Order: sequence, then structure tokens, then C-alpha cells
Amino acid sequence: MKPYYIPFTKEMKKDYTILIPTMLPMHFKMIISVLETYGYKLELLEKSGQEVTETGLKYVHNDTCYPAVLVVGQFIDALQSGKYDPHKTALMMFQTGGGCRASNYISLIRKALVKAGYEYVPVISFSFAGLEKHPGFRLNLPIIHGMLYAVLYGDLLMTLINQTRPYENHPGDAERLADRWCRKLALEIGHGKRISYRKVKKNYRLMLQDFAAIEKTLRPAVKVGVVGEIFVKYSPLGNNDLERFLVREGAETVVPGLMDFLLYCVYNELVDYQNYGQKYLKYLGSKVAYRFLCGKKNDVIAIMRQDGNFEAPTPFEETVKMAGGYIHHGTKMGEGWLLTAEMMELAHSGVKNIVCTQPFGCLPNHICGKGMMKPIKEKNPDVNIVAIDYDPGATRVNQENRLKLMLANAVPTEKRIPVAAK
Amino acid sequence: MPGSLYLGIDIGSTTVKVVLRDDEQVLFDCYERHFSRVREKTAELLEQIRPLVGGRELAFAVSGSAGLGLAEAIGAPFVQEVFATGEVVKRLEPDTSCVIELGGEDAKIIFFDGGMDERMNGSCAGGTGAFIDQMATLLNVTVDELDRLSEGCTRLYPIASRCGVFAKTDIQPLLNQGARKEDVAASIFQAVVNQTIAGLAQGKRIRGKVLFLGGPLYYCKGLRRRFIETLKLSPENAVFPEYGRFAVAYGASMYAAEQKERFTLDQLLDRVRNSQSKTPMQDRLKPLFESEAEYEAFAARHAKTRVPERSLSDYAGKAYLGIDCGSTTTKLVLLSEENEILYSYYASNQGNPVEIMREQLLKLRQETEGRVEIAGSAVTGYGEELIKNAFSVDYGLVETIAHYTAAKYFRPDVDFILDIGGQDIKCFKIRNGAIDSIMLNEACSSGCGSFLETFARAMGYTVEDFARRGLAAEAPVNLGSRCTVFMNSAVKQSQKDGASVEDISAGLSISVVKNAIYKVIRAGSPDELGQHIVVQGGTFYNDAVLRAFERELGREVIRPAIAGLMGAYGAALYARRCRGSKLIDLEGLKTFTHTAKSTLCKGCTNHCHLTVNTFGGGRRFISGNQCERGAGLGEQDQSLPNLYAFKRDFLLSLPAGEGSRGVIGLPLALGMYELLPLWHGIFTHLGFRVQVSGMSSRSTYEKGQFSIPSDTACYPAKIMHGHVRILIKEGVDAVFYPCLTFNVDEHVSDNHYNCPVVAYYSELLRGNMEELSKTRFLYPYMDINNPRNMTEVLLKTLNHHFGGFTRREVAAAVKAGQEAYAAYMARVRGEGERALAFARKNGKRVMILAGRPYHIDAEIGHGIDKLATSLGFVVVSEDSVCHLAEPQRVKVLNQWTYHARLYRAARYAAEHADTELVQLVSFGCGVDAITTDEVRSILEEAGKYYTQIKIDEITNLGAVRIRLRSLLGALEEKE
Repeated sequence: MKPYYIPFTKEMKKDYTILIPTMLPMHFKMIISVLETYGYKLELLEKSGQEVTETGLKYVHNDTCYPAVLVVGQFIDALQSGKYDPHKTALMMFQTGGGCRASNYISLIRKALVKAGYEYVPVISFSFAGLEKHPGFRLNLPIIHGMLYAVLYGDLLMTLINQTRPYENHPGDAERLADRWCRKLALEIGHGKRISYRKVKKNYRLMLQDFAAIEKTLRPAVKVGVVGEIFVKYSPLGNNDLERFLVREGAETVVPGLMDFLLYCVYNELVDYQNYGQKYLKYLGSKVAYRFLCGKKNDVIAIMRQDGNFEAPTPFEETVKMAGGYIHHGTKMGEGWLLTAEMMELAHSGVKNIVCTQPFGCLPNHICGKGMMKPIKEKNPDVNIVAIDYDPGATRVNQENRLKLMLANAVPTEKRIPVAAK
Repeated sequence: MPGSLYLGIDIGSTTVKVVLRDDEQVLFDCYERHFSRVREKTAELLEQIRPLVGGRELAFAVSGSAGLGLAEAIGAPFVQEVFATGEVVKRLEPDTSCVIELGGEDAKIIFFDGGMDERMNGSCAGGTGAFIDQMATLLNVTVDELDRLSEGCTRLYPIASRCGVFAKTDIQPLLNQGARKEDVAASIFQAVVNQTIAGLAQGKRIRGKVLFLGGPLYYCKGLRRRFIETLKLSPENAVFPEYGRFAVAYGASMYAAEQKERFTLDQLLDRVRNSQSKTPMQDRLKPLFESEAEYEAFAARHAKTRVPERSLSDYAGKAYLGIDCGSTTTKLVLLSEENEILYSYYASNQGNPVEIMREQLLKLRQETEGRVEIAGSAVTGYGEELIKNAFSVDYGLVETIAHYTAAKYFRPDVDFILDIGGQDIKCFKIRNGAIDSIMLNEACSSGCGSFLETFARAMGYTVEDFARRGLAAEAPVNLGSRCTVFMNSAVKQSQKDGASVEDISAGLSISVVKNAIYKVIRAGSPDELGQHIVVQGGTFYNDAVLRAFERELGREVIRPAIAGLMGAYGAALYARRCRGSKLIDLEGLKTFTHTAKSTLCKGCTNHCHLTVNTFGGGRRFISGNQCERGAGLGEQDQSLPNLYAFKRDFLLSLPAGEGSRGVIGLPLALGMYELLPLWHGIFTHLGFRVQVSGMSSRSTYEKGQFSIPSDTACYPAKIMHGHVRILIKEGVDAVFYPCLTFNVDEHVSDNHYNCPVVAYYSELLRGNMEELSKTRFLYPYMDINNPRNMTEVLLKTLNHHFGGFTRREVAAAVKAGQEAYAAYMARVRGEGERALAFARKNGKRVMILAGRPYHIDAEIGHGIDKLATSLGFVVVSEDSVCHLAEPQRVKVLNQWTYHARLYRAARYAAEHADTELVQLVSFGCGVDAITTDEVRSILEEAGKYYTQIKIDEITNLGAVRIRLRSLLGALEEKE
């Protein structure tokens, strides 16, 4: 049967530019760099502002989730900008599949393209689940391997920025350093050759040293964790620059990494097997992948602990346990149990103030986010959670007022450098 | 040495509050509206305290949602308002367990018991002072009068409280149908109370000593009463302190006491007056008119579309009367034989359309007695039925047809009509001389016209003046295109940024237009609308709106000079077909009486609230009923097949079982509506007695309301809480609602998921319903397509909770359950086919009322199925006919079982001329944002109408009736 979508052909691979929406700029820059080594031409869309939202609203159903509105807005805006030849442009979107309506982003983008008169523009579904076939875009092991490091590096850089920025003596130091590292690492993992894990670990150490060397003045600060729907949690476009706001208010932000989300996706395969049986081989494969990925994250944690200048994230195996008593691991649509677990993980690691972000009317978050706040607060009275809805109509003033309320109730904790593990 | 002076300034969305303290003693407090002139008003109030301050220095702090901007601009210490309230209460009333504070647009609740917990209203502004203002405007009374009216209440109507627009949809028909204002006023307050409990408390019980703060609670005694009664508070536990309005300002003054910096009053005033907003300006748009000349050309062009007029005073002969009894206004047009307008009337119906009509008719009849013969009359609009019955009007016609009739007169080749009235946006495309598709605004973005009006008033202008100012705007603010209630906060933000009234007015007009185009019509380009566009409705009298519309479309449109009278004009044209008018005569008008009485319908178990209107001469009109039964119209249509009724009867008639192993409670909500036969079969086979919670009613929802953590979830989910409570009260041994990631695999779609809410709602229930800890709550994860997995899971679960089950018996029970489910689905399909055969044999139209299985619920579906049969449709459900069409390949991921059925049902409708599809969509259903477009395109590609009905807690069927009648009218005209 003829596919219902325009496939990205091998021909296209030669001279098409693939556009990618932003979510985590650093991570994505490195991922792009990996892909570029394999002959793809990519560009990260970084435009933000009201126009993006308005364009989005024109081309998708207005009750669709906010991330879909923004992503479609960015794509159509780029195609209409005249910067790219629409006949030589493809779009790429990351997709996890599952019962959440987010699985439909690809379809919504395609429908929007038709509506805007770009029905010939191929949309590549980037998915490890292999939901669609695109002859010109095939993931192979080296690509995936490279991307894995992009994610690990990205998470570490994000953690280091967050732990440095509120205390730096010269504003902008941490971000500049992160940019420098990001460019350097992108070149490194993007050279197409085998990536030496020893080199990777060495990079971790060097990064830690570099960030530790930034001049800082330690002071008590409120620690604020950010959890929520993946797009609005990470994307400054989606969350009205939440991190910057929190930093301006003097808070230190703690944002669980992208690796955790990937681990969550893999872990769900294990849970599915336990819940529903079936597909033993797939289960075994997932189990191997899960152990491998946990190991990679734990290596970062070990190195951070050795270095001792920064607080290391929680091992994923621990995070998994945190959902216990609140929500079953079978809740796997959207961010599912991970969202609840991350709130608990933050609380356990001393981050008592939590912003739970979601697009207005996000279905899974009714349950895993807002639905879990009462039980979490009952068992942990010192936890201070605020739920913030994001949508094209929500104004910054409302969001910031609620954040201010959360901050007013927050107790600053002494900033101290953790003692280096022996 | 005198003590220190502490000044607290609280700037809310609509008011400024100031408290000045000399140590503990309050020297001055004050509460005034700022009409968005935040700085001027603050400065003005500061001037007032000058005599008290003298030359002394003071410490100060700012609070409030609109205070944030000012604080930033003048570098003042800022304290978040809810936090400030909490601090005040801790000091002044330390034994308080809960604070409820309602402000202009904010509602807050603070719990002190069990760890302090503070909440504010989210993106929804429902249930706040602005909501009360809006409702008072609707009733055409002041807030004070509204309060006084509420004292005389004898009954309460359910009014949706989530957002003002919803509530309006409920209130307007009540008024039009003659409900007493006293009752409506009290019901409005009750809606605020419900919103506070459901929206704010979010699953936490309000009990103990409750402190009520904020302006609305200070002024509205009726609101207080509703709170006390609903929360069942004893007098000593319901505290309304004198400082209620100033609590936040008082808190700010406490915060001021912690500040080191001291100022003289002049220093402070200097800062306030000379401050510039530091925050970047909000987006601004191009002005509506670049020059005076441009405006004049525009005005001249639109002045051309006029209707000939003729003086009534010297006319003699036949005349035709058209009445448009709209949601907020009543319009009247009298036409001569040559279609000249002899008389017209356009005014607010002031919540009492019957009286206005009587006055008007009396005036007309008296003035023209013996000279003019009203040879025909027709009425349209929300109040159509009421007016028709009250005055024996000859015809009642649905609004859409009336408007088309009128528009055709101005532009015979019109292909698109957009009507923005006070309450609603209607637009329809015309193809081949017939109405082709109708779009009404979904409940959430309606009210555009009256929103402008409410806003104008709130800022202290008449609507005309407000509109005029918009024309002169230099840089209109960009307020986006969302539900108008959200616009409140966008406007707040622009006020904070110092936008002028002109810019706000123009910005609002542009938003109204964007709402219409992108939210209701959802057009991608102007060409999608049509070539010959006629715009009408009272809102288009506003030149700013008209201009914004032309701008946004990039093309010129026709606005008839009688834009606001088009419905009445169309009705008058329609009335020309009359032979022998029966319209009430002068005698009848003189002796006309009208009384309205409320009662409960006893026609069926629904027990709808009815309003019985009695007019002189034995004429009666009964409104509020969900079917025609209560209206006394007999039962002739009850015999039409109705699959919704069949399914309801079937599910409720399942025998309970013997019960040797105990009682299992099954909440009849969400996915249980689909799978009841399965679970019932399994549990009765195992020897359980099965207790089903039964059909929902409004009170089912209210029973569980206080434990709902996420108010924006869909109604079918929120009602679940009530079902669970009913079961627990009945004393069942266990409540069962499993977590099902996957639904039944019917092998026709890409996947077979449940939506996240149906799949995992049990997790939320367990976390938020305290009662569940008192019973066994079984919510295992399993795959219902896999009997082995089901057996394993159930065996484990049942043995854990009850013990003594063997694998063999559970396996047999699973088998029995699956057979029962299969048999049920076969029955449904069989009944579907029978209904279709019946329709074809008897020449009836078929309506596929396509929703989810839980939409058959009497409360969730609001009896729309009965409404449809009363209009002459044979009603079938999506799951009873989908097997008759091929699986659909749609443009989206077809991955939910229920929705795969929808697409197939749409295909069936597309292929059959006598079958229409009406899609039921629950408000807040994220999945339907995706499915509706697909269903629409399946139908429209086949040249069929697509009708969508959004349902929520709304209980009045007026809007639904219009929609279904328009569909019917369009179908008839097509033939």
C-alpha cells in the first residue's frame, strides 16, 4: 500500500534541509551535529514570540495541546519566512508513541502543512519505535550511540549551569562556558568515528573542573525543581522562559535530565511485560538496553560524586522506586509515573519547592501531576508544589504571580559544596 | 518618640486597597476601583493620607496581581498577595483553619490545618468578582441589587460555574424562559460557591473555622449565605471580619514593617508618579486606521447598505412583523408590503423579554389601530418558544434560517454569513442556495459581544464610547485569540504595561474578530470563508470590530445598516407567507398577564426542573424540560427507536447476582459504560453480588465534587468521584475500576488505546478520595484482550483481597464475562440495524449521535438523545452502526478504540443520504481536539453537514436545540 505520508527519500537526503523544533537547545545542537556527520543537513528552529503561537493557532485545532501549537507554529513560520526553499526542506519531529494525544503531533504537522499549502514537505518521524519508514532517514547504531552522548553531555551541562548560574560573580559565565563546551562536544561526537568512552569520561571531569573554576559567591538560595510535560518543562518557548524567571528571583533550579525520560520509555517496556506478558524477546532487549543506559547515567553520577563540587542527580533505579505508594508503573501515557516519581525524587534530595508544568488540559497530567499533589503533600507536608498551566491564552502575569506565591512560601537552603566522595 | 508608620498597598485587578498603620493601630484604610489607571489612583489615595502622615517617614510594601508591575517600576518591596493574607490571618485569627478570599479576578483559598497550603485560581477566572459583575450586567442590575434580589430566592438552578461564559449559557435561557430573577441571583452566588469548592479546594475538605475575605464577600450578603449553607458552617465558624476587604493591604503593611528603608510621602509619590514600566511592552499591533481619511472612506462605504424606510404614522395596509428575541437583546421589525421598514426596535431585554414584547406590541397596536393590519408574524432567537406561546406569534423559526433569509435580501449571492451577537457567534456557509455548514461558537468562547460591553462598563465607558476610542488607537494591544475569560488577564497585563483605553479597546475588538475567525470558523485563509460575506449582529455596529474583521480577512465585507436587526428582518420577510395571522390583538394585550412558576417534571425519572409560564387566556409555556414530555406535547415521538435509551435500559437491567462471595461495586462512569457486561459477567460468575452505582444525576456530581483535584478534566471523569462515593455509602465490600491502558481491540485501527483519563483515573481516585481507604479498592492493570493475562491478574487481586479463588474458576469467569460482553455488543449492533430498518420503512431521518459509551449517561448526555427523537430523528449510537462501514484510514494516528468507531460511523453517515451524524464532545477532551477535524472531513468530503455539540455541566438544551433545528432546517431546505 502506498504510504499515507510523504516519505523522506534517499534522493532528498542529498540536498534537503531538515528543520527541527527547539526543546533543549544544547542537547539538540549536539544531536544535530551527530546527524550532520552522516550526511544530513539540519537546522534548529529557535524563533520564539507571539508570532509563532499565532501561526500555530491558525493551522492546528485550538484545543490541541500547546506544544503542538508551538511546534506547528515554528515549522510553518520557517517555511513561510522565505529563508528555506520549501521544495528542498523536510521537517523532523521526535515521537514516542503511546496513548497520549501527543502521538498525533506528526499527523497534526502534516495536516497543518496541507492547510498551509506545503503538502509536499516530508515530515520525518524520529522514533526509536520505528512508527514510520523513511528510506532516506535510517537510524543506525553509530548514530544512536552518538546521540546517546549528546543527551548525557546535554544533561550534565544543564545540571552544571543550573547549579552555577545563581551564584556566579560575573553574570553569564556559566552560560558562556556551557556554550563553549557544547560546541566542542558537538565537534567531538560529530566526527563520525568511534567514540571513546574513556574520552567521554575525561570530558565529564574536565567539564566539572571548568564549572567549578567559575568565580562564585555562595549564599542561601531557594531550590526549585521543575517537572512536567516534557516540552513545556524544557523549552523556554513553551514555558515563558521559566528558568530565567526563577534565576532572576534568586532561585536555583533543578531540572531532571532528558536521559530520565528515555530511561522511562525503556523501563515501560519492562513493566508492560510484567503487566501484560507477551513478547519475551523484546522484553529481554529492553532489559539489556535499560541496564546499559542506567550504567551510563550512573557513570556520570559517580564521576560527579568523585569530583565533589556539584550535586549529582539521583540514579534512575532510585527514581523508579520513588513512585511507590503513589502511582503504579503501569501509568505510562505522556510522562506517566515518571512525573510523580520526579516530584518525589526532588523532595527526597532536599528540593522541596516544585513547579509542575503542563499545557492547559494535558490529559495524563490530570492524573500524574495534579492528581498526585494531594497524596504527595499529605505524606510530605514540607513539600511546596505549584501547578502552572501553559497555553496560548495564559499570560505571564498570572503564571509569575503563582510562582511568586510558591517562592514566598519557600525556605532558602544553605548552599554548600557537597563533600567529595572518597 | 512616636511609633513607626507602615503603609500597605494592594493593587488588584480592579481595585486599589490601602492600609496605613501606626504600629498596631490602623489609621486609615480605603478600597477603590482603579479602572485600570493604576498609578493615578494610587497617587490619589496616597494624597488622602497626607494629613495623617505629616512629615513622618514611613515604610511601605506593595502587593496584588496588578501591583507587581508597579512594585518593579518603582523598586518597591513586593509581597505575594496570598502569602500576605496568610501572614495576617496567622497574626489576627490564629485559630482559623481555612481562609477563602475572593477578589476581582482572583480566588484564593488557604488551609491552615495540617501544614499551610495555599491555592489560587488557575487560568480560569470563573467564580470571582469579575464573574459576579458580568452576571449582574446580564441581569441588568447592579451588584448590590443582585445581592438584594438573592434574598428572595425560593429555589436554586444549577448554573455551570467554571467560567462566566458557560454560566451565561445557563442563565440566559433561564431568564428568557421566565425564571424569577431572585432565584437566578441566588443561583449565581451558588455557582461561585461551587466553583470555589471544586476549582480551588481541589480535593481538600473545607471545615473548621473559615474566614471569608475580599470585596465580593464583604459586599454580597447573599454570597455569604450560600457559602455558609453549602459548607454547613455554624455561626461561630463562619467569620466575615471587618478588615475583610483590606486583608492583603494589611498583610503588605506587615511586610513593610520588616523593611529597612523609610520614605517621606513626597518621596513615595514622586516615585509612583515618575515611574516608567520596566517590563517590556506587550506586543502591539497596527492601528485600525492610518488616517482620518481612511476612516471616512470606510464609513462612507458602509453607509451605502441601507434598507428603505417608510414612516409608520402615515402608512395604511398590510404589514409583517418579525421578532428576534435574542439572548441579551430583543429586536423587532415591521415591514410594509413593499418591504420597507415601518418600525424597528433594538434594546436590551433586561432579563424580561416578555414584558418588553408586551410593551412594544401594545404600542404598535395602539398607534396603528384600524390603519395597519399585521398580516403575519414570526419570531426567532433564544426566546422563540416563549414569545411564540405568549403572544400567539404565527411562526417560530430557527435563527440560522432567519439570518439567511435576511442576508439573501442584501446580497442574493451571499456565500458566507457571520453573525456576532451579544452571546454567540454564528456563521454559516451557503452553497447552492442552501445553508451548507453551520458553525456556532462552542460554549467556551461565546459571549464576545457582551464581553466588550462588560469590559467597557468595567472601565467606566459606554460601549459606543469605548468602540469610538478604539478607532483612534495608535498601537492596539495584542490580546491573542482565546476564550474571552482568559482575556481578562491579558488586559490586566496590558494595563500593567500602561496601555491606554484606546489601545485596549481596539485590541479587544481585534481579539473578538480573531476568535471568530480562528476559533469558531477556524479558517486558514480568507478564501475559505467565501467571496460574498455578509456580517451582522449587534457587535458589528462597533466599527472597530468591523474594521478589524476586514483587516484580518484582507477583503471588504457587507455590513447592512440594520446589522443588529437582521434576525428580526429575516423573520418579518419569512412572515410574508402567512395567510391569516393569529397574533395577539389589542384586547388580548391589555389583559395580558404573565406568571412564572418552577416545578419538577414528573414525566420520567429525570425529574427535570421546569418553569411553567402562564399567560392570560389559558396559554401556557413550559420550559426547562429535556424532552417534549414535560411540555405536555404527548408521547407520539417516544416510539422512535433510540439506541441510547436501549443501551441505558440494558445496562441498568443486569441482574445483581447472588452474592455468596460478597458485594463488588462498579462505578457506572467512564469506561465502565462500555465494559459493564464484561465485569458484571465475571463477578456474578464468581459468586459476587454486583452493585452498580447507577445512572448519574447532577447530585451524583455534587456528591464527589470536593475531591476533584483537576477541575479542567472532563465532566465524565469528574462525575466518577460521586459514583465511587455512592458505592462506598452503600457499603460494598470492594470498589472495582481497573486501569486499562488498552481498550478492546476491534482490529480496525492502528492501535486500541484508552485515553489517559479513562485508562488511569483510578490512580487519581485513590490519591484524592479519603473514603477509598475505608474499603477495598481494586484497580489492577491488565489487558482485556488477553484472557490469560486477565485470569492471572484477577486471580492475584482477588486472592489478595478476598482469598479462596482458584485459577480454574477465575478462568471460567473471564470466559463467561467475555461472552457476555460479546453478546451485549451483538445486541447493540442488532438493535442498530433494526433502528435503521425502522427508519427506512417509516421514512424517518437517522441521527448517529456519536460520542463515547459514557455519553449515554442521562446527566452527561443531558438527554440530547431524547431531544433528537422529539425532533423526529431515529437515534443510533456510534457503536451500533460502525460495523456497517469499512475501517477508516484517517490522516491522524487512529489509535483509540472509541475513536476508531467514530470514524467508521462517520463513514456510514457519509454513505447514506438519510443519515446525519452529530458528534458529542466533552469539554476538556484533549483527544477530541484531534478527532473532530477528522470526523468533519469524512462528512464534508461526502457533502454532509458536520454538527458538533460540546457538552459539559451545562444543563440547558436551548443551544443544542438551535443547532439540531438548524441542521433540520438546512436539510429541509436542501430538499
